[in-house]
Amino acid sequence: MMNNVIAIQDLHVVRGGREALRSVSLDVGPGVTGLLGPSGCGKSTLMRAIVGVQIVRSGGVEILGRPAGSKPLRDRVGYVTQAASVYDDLSVSENLRFFARVLGVQRIDGGLDRAIDEAITAVDLDGYRDQVVGNLSGGQRSRASLAVALLGDPEVLILDEPTVGLDPVLRRDLWALFHRLADAGKAVLVSSHVMDEAERCDRLLLMRDGRIIADGTPAEIRGDARDIEDAFLRIVEGEAVA
Amino acid sequence: MRTLAVAGRVLTQIRRDHRTLAMLLVVPGLLITLLWWMFQDLPGATFDRFGPGLLAIFPFMVMFLVTSVTTLRERSSGTLERLLSMPMGKLDFLLGYALAFGAIAAVQSAIAVGVSVGLLGLDVNGPVWLLGVVAIVDAVLGTALGLFVSAFAATEFQAVQFMPLVVVPQILLCGLFVARENLPGVLEVISAALPLSYAVDAMQELVGRADESAVWADVGVVVAFALAGLALGAATLRRRTA
Repeated sequence: MMNNVIAIQDLHVVRGGREALRSVSLDVGPGVTGLLGPSGCGKSTLMRAIVGVQIVRSGGVEILGRPAGSKPLRDRVGYVTQAASVYDDLSVSENLRFFARVLGVQRIDGGLDRAIDEAITAVDLDGYRDQVVGNLSGGQRSRASLAVALLGDPEVLILDEPTVGLDPVLRRDLWALFHRLADAGKAVLVSSHVMDEAERCDRLLLMRDGRIIADGTPAEIRGDARDIEDAFLRIVEGEAVA
Repeated sequence: MRTLAVAGRVLTQIRRDHRTLAMLLVVPGLLITLLWWMFQDLPGATFDRFGPGLLAIFPFMVMFLVTSVTTLRERSSGTLERLLSMPMGKLDFLLGYALAFGAIAAVQSAIAVGVSVGLLGLDVNGPVWLLGVVAIVDAVLGTALGLFVSAFAATEFQAVQFMPLVVVPQILLCGLFVARENLPGVLEVISAALPLSYAVDAMQELVGRADESAVWADVGVVVAFALAGLALGAATLRRRTA
């Protein structure tokens, strides 16, 4: 059944001599899925493996029924790295124009300009279109990087800590954007190390030390704990005891 | 199409950086003028002896430097990884850079050759436009090698360290200071394996005997080295990294 947009089977990844991902298996469907865990737990590695830029020791990763990183997927999966990956010496719109051309966004009927405008508006950088990215603040650079991932209307969005360094208003607006995209049928995988963002997700994957330690809706995972952070600590302590 | 997008973007980046633009376009002409001035009071046509070699060396050196730092920046900023996760082919990427720097090289060599022949009175027996061709091919060689070595640098600091390693030995052994046939046996053999030797050969040939077939043979060797450099560079562009 092609319900699962992302299907991962027994994934093992070794980075820098340590096991970054240990036997990870999971399925992600449409909706907003949060990948939460402390720094260094393997969130970025997992996302890189999904996007197909990570060397994998063993295991299978399939997106939309195809092997991760395969050619037909490259314009269907949008990816944002933790550190903004945009050209600092180009303006926001010049960056977007370049990446839109790489993605093959249709130019006829002003389609390219429209796609760029929509992306800039979605991340609320309208007043900064012609600003050189190197002159923007950290949060603005991150948003410019996010705007690139929105180009080309991808079916799957893999966003690595997109809300880091953003104020509450912006965070609220971005999460609203993620849900809007999910409502349109896309699968949005968002990682964070801030536990209180957990409540905003349709589904949660908690990670620690290269393993998925919890998988469910926020309500399921919280159970009778105070909040997700508490639930997370309980799970971790439970593992330590067991 | 994507090749043009890359080329256009690189040109926009360079155009925005006025200092680099000045270094690329104007400095080689200035340095050749300085050299001419140095030899002004010496008897004999010393400028005619050294001038052609410099016309070969400067494009190579300048393009190598600019390319190695620029492509290193692509790697370290994450934009290269992002591009390779998109429908960007490695060849598109490389050819885009080669095209952009080739275009800059065309302007650069027009200025340098124009200054040398027109202003400073360099005596050329062969067709002047062929001087330009050799200079452009030389610049593309510098671009190809710069791209290749950027894979072995982690920081811009490390990238520029390849200059004394890759460029200076070639300047010393290419036949500018000591005619290649007068070099000690081992050094002569080494110089025959270095691409800059053939570029300098071509330039000196054009100024001297002007046997055009010998010039084209040398150009062919430089082109072959440039293509090999591009192929090696392509091998260092990895979609999947650790």
